[in-house]
Amino acid sequence: MNSTIYKSLVEIVGEDYVSDRPEELFTYSKDLGTSEPKWPDYVAVPKSVEELQKIILLANKATIPIVPLGGGLSLAGIALPLHGGILIDMKRMDEIIEVNGKARYALVEAGVSQGKLFAYLRNHHPTLAHSMPDAPPAATIGGNLAIHGQGDLAHPHGFNSDMINGLEVILPTGEICRFGSCSIGSGWFTQHPLPDMAFFLGWGGATGIITKVSLRLFPCKKIRELDMLVVTDEELVPDIFHEITHVGMTEDLVVFSQAIPPMTDRLHHIVANISGDSEEELEFKRRLIYEDRLSKYFEQGTAGIVATSQDLEKPAVTKTADWKKGGGFEYVGSVFPVAAYPELYRKGVEISTRHEIPYTVTGRVIGAGHAIMFSWSYAFNRADPESVRHANEALHETDDLVLEFGGTIWKPAVYGQQIVMKHMDANTLLLMKKLKNMLDPNNIMNPGNWEVA
Amino acid sequence: MTELIFDENKCFACSTYDCLTKCQYMDIDADTAKVEIEKIINQEDSFVLHDCVTCYACEEYCQNGNHPFYLIVRQQEELDLPPLPEPLIKRGVQMGIPFRGEPEIQEIKGPALNLGVFSPLGNMTKGKLFEGLPIISHDPRKMFHYFCQLMYLHYARTSVINQKLPAIIETIAAHKADEVIHFHDECYGTYVSYAPAFGIDVPFKSVHLFEYLYNKLLELKDEIKPLNYKVAYQRPCSSRLSPDKHPFVEKIFDLIGVESVEREYVGENALCCGATIAGQKKKGSRRFTLDLQEKNMNDMKDAGAELCVFNCPACMQTLGKPVAKKGIMPIFMSDLCRLAIGEKTT
Amino acid sequence: MTAKIEYKYDDMIHRCFRCGYCKFPADWSDVTNCPSYARFRMESYSSGGRLWLIRAWVNGEIEWSENLAKIVYSCTACKNCEEKCPISFSDNLVNMVVAARSAMVETGLLPSAVKSFLKNVHLHGNPYGLAAKKRSQWMEGTGIEQYQDQEFLYYVGDEGSYDTRAQVAAKALGELLLKAGVSFGALGNLEISDGNEVEILGEEGLLEELAEKNIKQFRELRVKKIITLSPHSYNVFKNSYPKFGGGFEIFHYTQILPQLLQSGKLEKPAGLNMKVTYHDPCFLGRWNGEYNAPRTLLKDLDGVELTEMRQNKKSSLCCGGGSGNFYTDFLGGSEDSPARIRVRQAHETGAQVLAVACPNCLTMLEDAVKVEGLEEKLQVKDISEILNGSE
Repeated sequence: MNSTIYKSLVEIVGEDYVSDRPEELFTYSKDLGTSEPKWPDYVAVPKSVEELQKIILLANKATIPIVPLGGGLSLAGIALPLHGGILIDMKRMDEIIEVNGKARYALVEAGVSQGKLFAYLRNHHPTLAHSMPDAPPAATIGGNLAIHGQGDLAHPHGFNSDMINGLEVILPTGEICRFGSCSIGSGWFTQHPLPDMAFFLGWGGATGIITKVSLRLFPCKKIRELDMLVVTDEELVPDIFHEITHVGMTEDLVVFSQAIPPMTDRLHHIVANISGDSEEELEFKRRLIYEDRLSKYFEQGTAGIVATSQDLEKPAVTKTADWKKGGGFEYVGSVFPVAAYPELYRKGVEISTRHEIPYTVTGRVIGAGHAIMFSWSYAFNRADPESVRHANEALHETDDLVLEFGGTIWKPAVYGQQIVMKHMDANTLLLMKKLKNMLDPNNIMNPGNWEVA
Repeated sequence: MTELIFDENKCFACSTYDCLTKCQYMDIDADTAKVEIEKIINQEDSFVLHDCVTCYACEEYCQNGNHPFYLIVRQQEELDLPPLPEPLIKRGVQMGIPFRGEPEIQEIKGPALNLGVFSPLGNMTKGKLFEGLPIISHDPRKMFHYFCQLMYLHYARTSVINQKLPAIIETIAAHKADEVIHFHDECYGTYVSYAPAFGIDVPFKSVHLFEYLYNKLLELKDEIKPLNYKVAYQRPCSSRLSPDKHPFVEKIFDLIGVESVEREYVGENALCCGATIAGQKKKGSRRFTLDLQEKNMNDMKDAGAELCVFNCPACMQTLGKPVAKKGIMPIFMSDLCRLAIGEKTT
Repeated sequence: MTAKIEYKYDDMIHRCFRCGYCKFPADWSDVTNCPSYARFRMESYSSGGRLWLIRAWVNGEIEWSENLAKIVYSCTACKNCEEKCPISFSDNLVNMVVAARSAMVETGLLPSAVKSFLKNVHLHGNPYGLAAKKRSQWMEGTGIEQYQDQEFLYYVGDEGSYDTRAQVAAKALGELLLKAGVSFGALGNLEISDGNEVEILGEEGLLEELAEKNIKQFRELRVKKIITLSPHSYNVFKNSYPKFGGGFEIFHYTQILPQLLQSGKLEKPAGLNMKVTYHDPCFLGRWNGEYNAPRTLLKDLDGVELTEMRQNKKSSLCCGGGSGNFYTDFLGGSEDSPARIRVRQAHETGAQVLAVACPNCLTMLEDAVKVEGLEEKLQVKDISEILNGSE
């Protein structure tokens, strides 16, 4: 360890918030998925963008990598220090700076947890909601945006990264930049129509660190309910999604199928979130969906209503980690046309069965049926290396098939990044390389990710 | 092979065809009933098989004890006319598969309380009314080993019931309890009505929860303080399988000082909660169910009910929130009894 | 890699997914509901991070160090994690930490402050290392009698006996019981530590020793019912002593006072005019499910307006004093110390009084009020003091 760097970090963030001790290095070397551990040299937990800036300047001077970490819940090892360096835990930068009810946005530091923003809005601005991902509430706003996450408002409004009004980022060379109306001193209400500078989303933190976000908020109605349908034939899922998205009155549209519990095995549960300020509004929406668009399926007996008007509950995705009583799961996320669902489901069952893992697949409709985020989850027993190996192989096999089937991998780990880049347009790759070199001449910002050869 | 013990001659000799003419959901006169019941007996297609909402009431209406509802369900299965869409049926059947290990059988001396698949409601069985009563099926992970299966009557799946029920009975019997008090009315109906109707032996004595509560309240009579509520009772479909136990509702109310409101949909005329009707294939089922529920709840409200007393957790799950929105407090019968002896409920 | 260590929860500790629910209260309003994570904000100090480190240590993947021991001992055993964890092994999260501590005790590798705590309890019957014969000094002039066959034993505990601030609460409770004509006595200098913190610090042998001594003494004195000042004592007597043969009826004082008020044996204090917020002590609340009795007491008082902090009942933020931390002080020294966060939460409600029902919480939170500069705005009082009309 370089004691000069350590001392400098102590000067910047204070002794309590730096560590080069084995316990912290061990903890931060681990991803929750199957990735091999990668040890940082230091861990630092800054409180402000000024502290973070000083760390980055230090890193440039010492040519030591910087790896930003939000909630650490990508399960793809994106925040593992592939080449050591300073692991920056962003979660102390967690202020909710402003909520503008009329313009419907929230300005937050990037390390704010999803849970904190959700609770803040519910308690202080109950008519506003942000698009909350299915990850546990410890996931951060910045981290989720950086990987193009999707949440429970995906059907009408798209990826969470489509909901940005403004960004503040810190470049690998230490400059603090702002994009959107905030950059011209006009507040944080819009990203467009200023020149696009979207170089910081989907890059795994390799081009800079998001420090502040102005996030679009959407109307939150008094009653939010969950309705559920079920079909046996996977071929019907895209059709039903097409019908429901035509109505355009649901907030979140998800399909899942999993081996455990038996009730869900080889069945496809479609979950539609509906909201309204009155029972009349809700019933109006339900009529449009169930009577006008979907009744033919019910009468034919090919789809059934499991329940309506259920309380909206966040799925405890953590439970997937316990399928093998082993504390672990990892998933391949992908983005596909909605029509691909049946084939992707069948492949998921096949790969899982071969690797002796109970299959778990999920899809979330993005936008007006423009795409589906489809994921294959593979549970493993952390205490059983064989189980971890199986999951890892299943994941790689799945990564390979995504491109083969005409989709794209969402938030890929290095393995998946390489596959995507192999398929990528040559000029696009060249541009990526130019951008990375321009922004990060010392290659200190999460090196190893999206590295164009 | 398990067969329904059914005597077609009783139907041919019937003059009233109460099973069909009294149906609250199909408008059938005696002449039509005669024709349709014959079709059903002969395993021919009948509109009854399509339009039956599976409320079980005809089991009660039949004056001959000839099990018209069980017959309807069997024929629905034979003719492939299930009322529900196939995915719901598959889901329902798979739901009943135990997958979290074998049950722990502990021998019990004396009576036991069987929670069936309502193990998660175990905290409702606290207090003096249930003191000292061992519970079987207390573990939610193992509860499907105690699942009475009768839910599949709504699914036209007599075959599933008959295939799985013997093992369930064996599991309950293995506890060797003198008598088994069934928390869920439908479990009671399974063992005293369905099983005998299909010639399935039940080697334990079953006690209806309301009979048990009534007797327990008599023991604790000195501790009862009249509650003075006006109540409506939501009679579940399964109660039609044990109409001889229905009078315990009023007996309990009388003992605990609550008054049953005068309303239309009581007794034989009670309305189904609609839980399984909403998802049926028949066009307009969802809307029909909403209207049915509205009719039922307005009936309670107009009669001045302050509480809606539930017997069945499925009815509570379906109607609990809607009645609460109407300003009527939903409560289980067992919880109401606990209130009457001064206990706080969960 | 070092050798594997014998560890009781080998079969389940790997099941922690580190999903982070354990950091939050039920409403997710902040990540600071785990006291050690709130203080240090490093993943190693979260419940999940700690379990991963314990597993790495028992499997020989990392070695013992002072830092590891500090991480393991910085858990206050508040059980917020157990409430929030969605995995079916959640009931054992604190047990897993305690088992790791036991493994450290076996090897003698402990933080020095913990060693000191345990040594003092062993030698002097209290963690402060103060003379046993000074244990009864707080009783002087109170009129509280030595226990001799009365209906209740009033068990005061270590803080109530020795900490000057907590002694005020001990006296207040004693006075209330006297006023109400309750038949009770205290052990005075015969009293020794109850062993709650000792158990949670992983010293099973010392717990057994204390429990056996206490049970023997209680039996000899024909004790049947015990009223405790501290929820820590309540917890260990109720939940741990039975396995050593202790079969006494245990009450926390907040469970006794309501009926004394209702029956008129105790008069309500007059002239109260305060907005109060109540802090749920972990060993009464999450450990033993008692949320109502203290609130019933407060609500019954004239002139008291009870208001709740957002993080209340099962989501109460621990004062940071549990697991011996009132002595070892692993979580102090920062504006992010849980006690300071907690008093800020109390202050946000607009309450003038932060009511507690635990001498541990009393001392931790009152110190925090001082450090936060809130003395003019917020008083910390034990419920016994409020009922006794103490200013």
